[in-house]
Amino acid sequence: MANGKFRRDKHPVPHFLRGWILPALLLLLWWLAVKFQWSTSPLLVPLGKVWDTSVAQTRSGELRIALEASLRRDLIGFAIGVGGGLAFGIALGLSRLFERMIGPTFHTFKQISLFAWIPLLSVWFGLGDTAKVAFLSLAAFFPMVLNTFEGIRSVPGELIEAARVLKFNRRQWIFKLVLPAASPSILTGVHLAMVYAWLATLGAEYLLVSGKGIGNTMIDGRELFLMDLVLFGVIVVGLVGFSLTWLAARVERRLLAWRGHSVTLRS
Amino acid sequence: MAQAGTLEIEHLSKSYPLKDGELAVLADLTLTIKPGEFVSIVGSSGCGKSTLLRLIVGLEEDYQGQVLLDGERIVGTSLQRGIVFQEHRLFPWLTAAENIELGLLNAELTPGQKRLVVREHIALVGLEGFEKSYPHQLSGGMAQRVAIARALVGKPEILLLDEPFGALDALTRAYLQEELQRIWQAEGITMILVTHDVEEAIYLGDKVVVMEPRPGRIRRIVPVALAHPRERTGPAFAEIKQLVLQEFAGSSSASLAEPPLRPQLSETAQFPQWQFAI
Repeated sequence: MANGKFRRDKHPVPHFLRGWILPALLLLLWWLAVKFQWSTSPLLVPLGKVWDTSVAQTRSGELRIALEASLRRDLIGFAIGVGGGLAFGIALGLSRLFERMIGPTFHTFKQISLFAWIPLLSVWFGLGDTAKVAFLSLAAFFPMVLNTFEGIRSVPGELIEAARVLKFNRRQWIFKLVLPAASPSILTGVHLAMVYAWLATLGAEYLLVSGKGIGNTMIDGRELFLMDLVLFGVIVVGLVGFSLTWLAARVERRLLAWRGHSVTLRS
Repeated sequence: MAQAGTLEIEHLSKSYPLKDGELAVLADLTLTIKPGEFVSIVGSSGCGKSTLLRLIVGLEEDYQGQVLLDGERIVGTSLQRGIVFQEHRLFPWLTAAENIELGLLNAELTPGQKRLVVREHIALVGLEGFEKSYPHQLSGGMAQRVAIARALVGKPEILLLDEPFGALDALTRAYLQEELQRIWQAEGITMILVTHDVEEAIYLGDKVVVMEPRPGRIRRIVPVALAHPRERTGPAFAEIKQLVLQEFAGSSSASLAEPPLRPQLSETAQFPQWQFAI
């Protein structure tokens, strides 16, 4: 502290901009590739064209319709998966009987690749929204169950003894000890469920092709060979994923402030 | 103020099952503790002092003999018996005040009364101004004071202390020993302190129970007939310390002669305990 020079940052690029160096270079490379015609393939579209498509998609309202459809499905599936997963995970964690009876079946089912469910789901629910929502609630369900279960089972023995000495009843045991102690793990489950659900949203739109959605926009782009539209879709998907992660991290940090050490340093 | 209880331990034995036979942890222990008395228990590692406390508090069962509180056999945990562990064991998601209030969860008090009692106990352990701090924001000594308040808030008849200051630095430890003595005098309850620190045992105890290991049993009970507050450097204090250390050394050298490799006690397997080498 006494020596100001110690903390002086000699780097030419300010700290908060450093993460942008690589993307900026890549964009520059792209621009140069178009400018000097390193490739004449129609796969290489100019930056400006992607921008124009973005503006056009936004203006015409197509973006809004696609994004709304995708996000609505994402949210519904996420809510079902997280709600169901939380309840299931708590039951699995608290009841040895439930674990013995249902646990082995659950652990078998979770080994099945998520995408292997698609044929079944499409037979059961068709190719519409129901099948997609079912698919992505399944995607959110598994990480939620596993993390909730894990969190409940790893309540520290020291605190369990403290609760025994304090004569907690069953209700207090669950709400004052088990759930708060498991909350970091449960929130990790919510975070993962969010990521998985968004990935599954895109997956569902690709594999159950029908209706509207940001994934369908990209499929249209591919089929019509409009690379600018595909790239636009990639950017939107990336931005949504980024925002969801950011949101989840904010919520987690807020709710888990009691841990103290988990707060990331800014420098 | 809580009614202090009489604790009677009669021919108490405890052993843990091992693959081949049993490991005796406590053997034929008899000890009576009067209401309001402060008893210190010292002994080297593995002499079963912590097991003794866990039996009294009710976290361990399956023993031979009797452990009676006011003539009644102890079964399971009870709010009549509070305990402070070596680690504070506060709930990290609750503030200091909320942690203390855990001791009143099942008390028949109105929320207003609970707040008042919690405030009294925060004052008792000298933590005014830290009510809203989370455990990670408190120093080790402060967290341990919260743990003491949490154990006392339900007005137990007996407070058990399992090396409560073992993980603290020397200055904080000396300060908290004085605090504990003040609290003991103010509350008038029975306290049993398990410690490795002979000076701490003599400074606080009405009597010092010296235990020896394998199997854990009482070697000698040394009365401390000194007035409080005690002068750690006085000649009478030094004399008692010498007496206790002699007993201690006697049992330690005997135990050192035993082969160092022995089956791990499940007592230590259950939760890590940081113990001082002697």
